[in-house]
Amino acid sequence: MTAAPNQVSAKKRPGVPLIDGVDKVTGKARYTADLDHADALVGRIFRSPFSHADIVRLDVSKARALDGVVTVVTGDDCPHTYGVLPIAMNEYPLARGRVRYRGEPVAAVAAVDAETAERALALIDFEVKQLAAYYTSEAARAPDAVLLHDNKPGNVERDVHHEFGDVRQGFADADLVREERFDCAEINHAQIEPHASLAEYDPAIGRLTVQTVSQVGYYLHLMIAQCLDMDSSRIRMIKPFIGGGFGARVEALNFEIITALLARASAGKVMMQLTREETFITHRARPQTDIRLKLGIRKDGRLTACECEVVQRGGAYAGYGIITILYAGALLQGLYDIPAVKYDGYRVYANLPPCGAMRGHGSVDTRHAFECLLDRMARALGLDPFAVRRANLLHAPMRTLNDLTVNSYGLDECLDIVERASGWRERLGKLPPGKGLGMACSHYVSGAAKPIHRTGEPHAVVNLKLDFDGGVTALTGAADIGQGSSTMVAIAVAETLDISLDRIRVVAADTAVTPKDNGAYSSRITFMVGNAAIDAAKKLKAILVAAAARKLEARAEDIECVGETFRVGSGDQSTLPFADVVAAALVDEGAITVKGTFTTPPDAQGGKHRGGAVGSTMGFSYAAQVVEVSIDDASGLVSVDKVWVALDCGHAINPLAVEGQIEGSVWMGMGQAMCEETRYLDGLPAHASLLEYRMPTIAESPPIETYIVESHDPYGPFGAKEASEGALAGFPPALVNAIANAIGLDLNELPVTPDRVMEALVQRRRQARLAKTATKTVKAAS
Amino acid sequence: MHAPPPQPKKRLLRLRLNGRWREDAVAEQALLVDYLRDVVHLTGVKTGCDGGECGACTVLVDGEAVPSCITLAVRCEGRDVETIEGLATQGRLNRLQRAFHEKLGAQCGFCTPGMIMAAEALLRRNPKPSDEDIRSALSGNLCRCTGYVKIIESVHAAAESTP
Repeated sequence: MTAAPNQVSAKKRPGVPLIDGVDKVTGKARYTADLDHADALVGRIFRSPFSHADIVRLDVSKARALDGVVTVVTGDDCPHTYGVLPIAMNEYPLARGRVRYRGEPVAAVAAVDAETAERALALIDFEVKQLAAYYTSEAARAPDAVLLHDNKPGNVERDVHHEFGDVRQGFADADLVREERFDCAEINHAQIEPHASLAEYDPAIGRLTVQTVSQVGYYLHLMIAQCLDMDSSRIRMIKPFIGGGFGARVEALNFEIITALLARASAGKVMMQLTREETFITHRARPQTDIRLKLGIRKDGRLTACECEVVQRGGAYAGYGIITILYAGALLQGLYDIPAVKYDGYRVYANLPPCGAMRGHGSVDTRHAFECLLDRMARALGLDPFAVRRANLLHAPMRTLNDLTVNSYGLDECLDIVERASGWRERLGKLPPGKGLGMACSHYVSGAAKPIHRTGEPHAVVNLKLDFDGGVTALTGAADIGQGSSTMVAIAVAETLDISLDRIRVVAADTAVTPKDNGAYSSRITFMVGNAAIDAAKKLKAILVAAAARKLEARAEDIECVGETFRVGSGDQSTLPFADVVAAALVDEGAITVKGTFTTPPDAQGGKHRGGAVGSTMGFSYAAQVVEVSIDDASGLVSVDKVWVALDCGHAINPLAVEGQIEGSVWMGMGQAMCEETRYLDGLPAHASLLEYRMPTIAESPPIETYIVESHDPYGPFGAKEASEGALAGFPPALVNAIANAIGLDLNELPVTPDRVMEALVQRRRQARLAKTATKTVKAAS
Repeated sequence: MHAPPPQPKKRLLRLRLNGRWREDAVAEQALLVDYLRDVVHLTGVKTGCDGGECGACTVLVDGEAVPSCITLAVRCEGRDVETIEGLATQGRLNRLQRAFHEKLGAQCGFCTPGMIMAAEALLRRNPKPSDEDIRSALSGNLCRCTGYVKIIESVHAAAESTP
C-alpha cells in the first residue's frame, strides 16, 4: 500500500523480549563464523602495504604452486566495479592497476588450512610505483595533488551547494551572528562480531550460496551477480545471526565478493574470517569532518539564518560518500524552524580506508556543531539552553525549506521531560566545582523516502503464510542485526490479527525464500517493513473473517475477532476458536499466502533540487537529552555521571527494544564524544584493535534514564517511527555543553580526550597569566 | 596430492567440560577457544578480537572467568571448564540467561555468552553485587549494543531471583 494515514493505536504495550533472544543467551545462535565449515577451504586476503601506488607487477604463481593452495584470485578475475549508488561504483573487489589505501585487497587465496593460506600470501610478489599519498582533506585538495580518481578534479568526490531562504537577510535580521569551526575525528562502528563470510559454489548446478554478516543481503546479492557475471537467479544470500552492524555492513563489502570469487574459482566452499584489524581496515564508518558553522539569532532566541560548510575526508573510494555529504546538509533542517539555510559540502578522496554509513549517518557531526554553537550564542544573550530551543520549534505537519516532510513532532515534550527529570532549573549553576550540566537535541529519519535503486517496487514487502498447523509464518527480507526487527514484525502481525505472539514465526533475510527487502539501514525497518507487515496481516484477517462468517452463517461485517476467538457481534452463542477458522479458511484453498507492501508517496520523497531526495522521510524521530559531567582539571579526565534522554518514536511497538535502542545510541554517541578515534600513521591504522580503539567499558558507562515520547505519527505503523538513531547525535554536543557549564571551556574538537581538555586548560591558564602580566604592566606604566 | 602438514606436538588433554569428563588429543600451542569451537563445536564461545581485547570468549575455568583466546587448552588439564552451553539444565535457562533474555541484556547477542559467563563467576562469589561490583567484574567484556544499562539490570535481576 502507499502510505496513508493509519489508525493510531493508543494501546500501551508491554515490552516483549526478542523472539530470538533465547538462542542468544544459550549460545545456540549461529553467527557466520559458527556455521559448519569443517569441509570448507580457508580464505585469506593479500592487502596492499602501500597507500597509493600504480601496480607494476603482481605475481601469484609461487603462491598458486604451494601445496595445499586450491586457488588464488586477483583483480584480473573481476573486471567489474561495485559500490552503492549506480553513478558512483568506482571500487574493484581486488585492486586493478592501482592501490589507493594501505590494506586494500590485492589478491586472495583459498587453501586447505589457515597456515597454508598464510604461507601462500607471503609468496606473492607485489611490485609497485609509489605515488604521493594524502591523509588529510587539505592535502588531497591541494592544487597540485595527484588525483585518486581521474574523473574527480581536486580529489572532490562531490560538492554540494544548497541555499534555501534569504540567508543574507537572515543574518542582517539577527541580533547576534557568530561563526565557529569544529573538527570531529573519524570513528568506527566496532561491532563486536568481526567480519566473516561463507560461500559455497556448486559447479554441477552453477549455483552460489553466500552466508555473511551483511545488513543488506539484497544489495550484496546484486553486487555479487554483477562482479561474478552470474545470473542473479543462481545466487542465494542467507543471513545468519549478526553480531551488530551500526552501518558497518550496509553496503556490499570487498571480502564478501572476494569470498564468492574464491568459492567459484575453487568450485567449493570457502570460509573467510577477517581479523579485528582487517575488520577495522574494511571500515566504511563516520568520516573525519571539518565544519565551519555560522548562525544568526535574535535576542528572543529565534534563529534567523544558518550557513554551514562541511568537508568530509571520505577515504579512497565512493561508497556511501555522496549520500553522507548530502545528509550532512539536509539534516540541518527538520529539527528547528530556520528561515534561511545555506550549505556547502565537500566529500574528499584521501588515501585511507573508505568511509561509509554509520549510525546517525551524515547528521551527527553537523548536529554537534549546531547544538554547541547554539548553546554558546544562547549564553552570550543570557538565554537558557532550553528556552533557545523552544523558541525555534516546528509545528507538524509542515515542510521544511528543503522540502522534507515533518508529519509528527514530539520535541517539545522531549524537552519538558528531560528538563524536569534532570532537575535542570533547580540544579544548573548550583553544582559543586568541576561538575556541569549540558543539553542538546537531535533527530533522524525513519527510512529514506526515496530508495537508492529506483526500480519502482514498493519500499517493503512482507508475505504471510498460514497453513494447516495454525501457525503464521512471516517472511521478510529485513535483516535483524540485533535491533529486534524480527520481533517487531511478529508483534505487528500478532497485534493486527489479535492472535498470540507465539503463533508467529519469522523467517528473515534469505533471498531464496523471503521477499526482497532493501535491508537494515536509515532506520527504515520499523516504519516501512512494519507498515507492510500490518498491511499483510489485515489481508489475512479479512480472509479469516470471511471464513468465520461462512462457518457461522453471518455477515463478515458482523464478525468480531478477539484474542483468537471469532464470534458474531458481541454475543457469546456463536463463537469459533482460531483453529476452526483456519480449517474453514483452508477449504478449497489450501495454504494461504498474503502479501503486504509499503510505498512512500512521491510528495514525501524530497525536493526537486539536485540531491533533494536525501534526508526525505515519512517520519522524523526527535530526541532531547541532558548530560551531567565531572571534570578533573588536574588530569583533564571527563566522566559522565548521568544522562537523561527522551525520544519521540511516535509509538513504541516494543518499549523494551525501544529503550534498548535509545540507551545504545546515546552510549555510542558518548563513545564518539569522549574517546573514540581512528588514527593513521602514513596510512597505517594505529587504532586497529579493541584496545587501541578506545570505546567506553561498562566501568565508564553512566546510568541512562530513558523516556519514550509518543507523538503518534499519522503514517507510522501503529503511529511508530524510528528509535535506533535519533538520540545519538545529541550526546556529543550535550557533553561539550556540560563541560562548558562545568569549567567554562568551549571545546571544538571531538573526541574530548584528556589531552585535548588539558591542552585547552593549559592554554586558558597561559592566557590568564598573560592578561594579568599585561594589566600589571599597564598599572606600572601609569 | 597435498602432503599432510607437519603435525604440531600434541598432548592428551583430560578435562571436565560442562560437567562431563572428556579426553582429546590437543596441540600444545592450541588455544582454549579454538579447542572449544573447532574440536568440541561449542560455538557459543565467540572470537571478537585478535586476542584478549573484548571478552566475548570468556569461559569459566574452575569457576573463574578467563578469556579463552589467551589461554592454552593444555593448561586446563584436570580442570573444570564451563561454557555458555553448560548453563541451562534440561532446557531450563539459568537465572542469568533468563534475566538477560527478559531484560534485554542481549541485543545482537555476540558478546552475550562471554558477558553471562563473567557475570556467572561474579554471582557465585558475590550473590548480591552492587552496581560497582558488576561494573568491575564485567569491565573486560565489551558490548557495542546496549550501553550496558540493561546488562547491569539483568545481573541485578538474576541476583534477586532464585538460582
